[in-house]
Amino acid sequence: MKPLLPLIFERSVAGRTGYSLPPAEFPLEGIEQLLPQDQVRQKLPLLPEVSEGDVIRHYINLSLLNHNIDRGFYPLGSCTMKYNPKVNEDVSRLPGFARLHPLVPEENAQGALELIYRLEQYLAEISGMDAVSLQSVAGAHGEFTGLKIILAYHKARGDFRRQTILVPDSAHGTNPASAAMVGMKVVQVASDANGCVSLEDLRAKTDDTVAALMLTNPNTLGLFDVNIGAIADIVHAAGGLLYYDGANANAILGKVRPGDTGFDVVHLNLHKTFSTPHGGGGPGSGPVGVKSQLAPYLPVPRVVQGGEGYSLDYDYPQSIGKIHSFYGNFAVNIRAYAYIRMLGAEGLKAVSEDAVLNANYIQARLKDAYHLEYDRLCMHEFVLSAKRQLAKGVKTLDIAKRLLDFGLHPPTVYFPLIIEEAMMIEPTETEGMETLDYFIEAMLQIAREAEENPEIVLGAPHTTPISRLDEVGAARNPVLKWQP
Amino acid sequence: MTGEKGLKFTKEHEWLRIEGNRVTVGITDFAQKKLGDIVYVELPELDEEFVEGDAFAVLESVKTAADVYAPVDGIVVEVNDLLEEEPALINTDPFGEGWIAVFEAEGDIDTSGLMDTAAYRQYAEEEE
Amino acid sequence: MGKHYLPNTGPQRRQILQAIGVGAVEDLFSYIPEKLRFSGLLNLPDPIAEPQLVDHMEELAGKNNVEAVNFLGGGIYDHYVPAAIDHVLSRSEFYTAYTPYQPEVSQGTLQAIFEYQSMLCQLTGAAAANASLYDGATTVAEAALLALNATKGRRLLVAGSMHPSYRQVLATYLEDFGAEIEELPLEGGKLKAEAIAPRLGNDVAALIVQSPNFFGIIEDLPALGKLMAAEKGLFVVATDPIALGILEAPGALGADVITGEGQSLGINQSFGGPLLGFMGVADKLVRKMPGRVVGQTADAKGRRGFVLTLQTREQHIRREKATSNICSNQALCALAASVYMSLMGPQGLREVAAQSLAKAAFAREQMTAVPGVELPFAGPFFKEFVLKLPQPAAKVIAAMADKGYYVGIDLGRFFPDMNDCLLMAVTEKRSKSEILGCAAALREVLA
Repeated sequence: MKPLLPLIFERSVAGRTGYSLPPAEFPLEGIEQLLPQDQVRQKLPLLPEVSEGDVIRHYINLSLLNHNIDRGFYPLGSCTMKYNPKVNEDVSRLPGFARLHPLVPEENAQGALELIYRLEQYLAEISGMDAVSLQSVAGAHGEFTGLKIILAYHKARGDFRRQTILVPDSAHGTNPASAAMVGMKVVQVASDANGCVSLEDLRAKTDDTVAALMLTNPNTLGLFDVNIGAIADIVHAAGGLLYYDGANANAILGKVRPGDTGFDVVHLNLHKTFSTPHGGGGPGSGPVGVKSQLAPYLPVPRVVQGGEGYSLDYDYPQSIGKIHSFYGNFAVNIRAYAYIRMLGAEGLKAVSEDAVLNANYIQARLKDAYHLEYDRLCMHEFVLSAKRQLAKGVKTLDIAKRLLDFGLHPPTVYFPLIIEEAMMIEPTETEGMETLDYFIEAMLQIAREAEENPEIVLGAPHTTPISRLDEVGAARNPVLKWQP
Repeated sequence: MTGEKGLKFTKEHEWLRIEGNRVTVGITDFAQKKLGDIVYVELPELDEEFVEGDAFAVLESVKTAADVYAPVDGIVVEVNDLLEEEPALINTDPFGEGWIAVFEAEGDIDTSGLMDTAAYRQYAEEEE
Repeated sequence: MGKHYLPNTGPQRRQILQAIGVGAVEDLFSYIPEKLRFSGLLNLPDPIAEPQLVDHMEELAGKNNVEAVNFLGGGIYDHYVPAAIDHVLSRSEFYTAYTPYQPEVSQGTLQAIFEYQSMLCQLTGAAAANASLYDGATTVAEAALLALNATKGRRLLVAGSMHPSYRQVLATYLEDFGAEIEELPLEGGKLKAEAIAPRLGNDVAALIVQSPNFFGIIEDLPALGKLMAAEKGLFVVATDPIALGILEAPGALGADVITGEGQSLGINQSFGGPLLGFMGVADKLVRKMPGRVVGQTADAKGRRGFVLTLQTREQHIRREKATSNICSNQALCALAASVYMSLMGPQGLREVAAQSLAKAAFAREQMTAVPGVELPFAGPFFKEFVLKLPQPAAKVIAAMADKGYYVGIDLGRFFPDMNDCLLMAVTEKRSKSEILGCAAALREVLA
């Protein structure tokens, strides 16, 4: 096989080194004698032998093969690929943060604890909750934590029957997977003709075994479920709780607070709504907020403020316990803190307004060229379908690949599952009208191509470093590592 | 490709070959087309016991995974090990070499809920 | 303030509104019933400009003391982070990319993950590794879930010498699973293989140990591996990747699952996060492994490329039947670890390990020479060890911090009966003079 770029192992030259270590000061010869003799490593791992310059060149060349938000538009629905402010990167790397060990005496970490304490308060205010924990490091981790809290709450009331988590059929896959991870049974609730939760189906499925309903609002179709009040009443009347999946919170900052609309628990994705970068898949941060009656169950430790400053408090006997080695993704939380401080209340509100404005603009201009299942105002994202193009043999996947030829990242595709040939488009507020127009023109051109010259769409991408890859072969005969 | 004569069909798009108390199970051509290229088959173990309706095997394509359900209460007496190396047999010969497992039924086999070839064809067409 | 992140101008907003066919931005929200909407302004501090933000953040950072000489461990270590790492991590192409769902424009991330998986397999002796999990603690919990799923056993034998926080997280994760966690007793700070044998059986899903363990002691992995070889249950080993520069790969000693905390591989301490949970598994467990995995394949023109593969294990496809709910992982931290392992190479990694061991041995000698300081455990150790003090550890630690030394972790935090013990870690960064200085300070504090 012709390599696009050599693997770093293939750049290796025996004897070459890329490290600079402090002086040993002690003889290292025979140091193995201090170890159990049957555990001394006999054969060193075959790591690459390369110079620092080799390493930098290798990774810079790799990096050039990536699309990224700093290079161009990235309208991945439900992922909120907004611009990541540079100053946040700088301040997260201040030595006072970056070199701070998590187990230093608390009086030596007052700045870090203060930041955690304040950010928890800000997020509580934004989400309309009473208490927040920053410990969960990803959205799914937040879901897990939130569901554990809900179960602990039910159990503490002597209610052990609650074995069911309701999720809408449009939900993210993490919702049912998280429910399974806390040992719960998942029951799916159907959507109604408006793309929202079917109240009828919800009533039919809600009984005294329901622990909670997990809901994204706006949902994955980008639609705000205006029945949320009724939904909350149905679930609460049966003794269940309402869980808010914050994946789509970028639509509602300063506009709607989940806590004011009946939700008992939320998680927020700081790597979506609060501008922390995605890092090619992580690290993120998925703080959990709760109403006061659930606060005793939050994970430990909690950061508290007392006469002598801030401290870590483990004394919550009803807590679900620990969920992370230390206190969550602190350096990610620094970035979100900085973002909120720079935007303030007005700025955050403007963020959601522009996010919704931009999404509606694209929707309005593309709905004649592509099928739009739910033709109404959307929030920060919306879902088109390639149903119409399918008649010419052009699938959503082909449209996605064709977009790459325009230097654009495709939308989220084939999700939500309830829309055939789905394309979920979320522009975010950090794109200006010219960028949106460029995307719109590209989508319109592809729609024309699908009519007149489908071959060019079917064969896409034409301009990327590599063309479509054999995913079937990759899964049938997995090659998951380099071998010498 | 091996034909589908004499087989019975379930609503889950499985075919059954019933010989005495032995039932061979596979998935239909319609089902394999829906799933796309099968990349991996999670097979049951020999002598494993299932209740009718239990998932006894999983078929995986790149983007989906589908359970295959036990047609009867019984134990697995044969497993098509070839699928471990060549899952594509389910695509290329679903009614023949792509068979998945043979069950030995515990009691009488109730065929009343099953379809014959003609009925299944109509059923699959409607689902299309 | 902060509006410089919002490019639309007033006239552009008006044009957009016109295209949508509404009069004002408010109209886009007006279908949401009034009573659901938040009227008024969030109660947040007034926005500040970038220069003020920098001042404010410097002030906060300045309230943390990172000047003291660092002998802290317990899962996070002050190993040297080479300068080149942050330069790679600071590339927009890596840190502002999303999960590589579109392989044609994500080969950079995908190849980097493939290389990371490869290096991890080299280091740990695993047959396959995933693209990362959250941290050391949750990775142990994921390993336990994997074992329960793969073996159908219900009992988990867990070393009492494993990091207490990891055991706590494990307990949180398994609480609702009907699995039983049995804590294995210790002798002299480590496990006794003979005491484990009678507990084994077909209902055991896994034996879970950490080596070097929480106290820095190297467990008898060869004996444990032999013990588990004939068992249905899995042998799960949490380890310190730096130690593997000098210690045998757990995969070569019979481990079925190798996990742990990868922070030592070039990741900042950052008050405990983000971290790097790593996991490698034996061949038979590849399809049961949680997390993303990258595989090698080719495009139509025969060019080598990489894709996310075996995705049917994951939540976006298998939903409630997925091997885990993990979606976002710690990809950028895995990239840091790859750059670190590339820079170090086999020789460098061995030297980091050897230096850490040599300096730790010297430190242990110096500290125990201080009157009243004892070694409660004798076993062979790697870069970390326990000291027993004649006074409460918390008090000594505070006094030492005043003298400019983070001498160690108060074990009373984790074990009430060990409040006169501290855990001291020594990396290659510590110099002889720092160690001597620390010993001298300890002598004064205890005098």
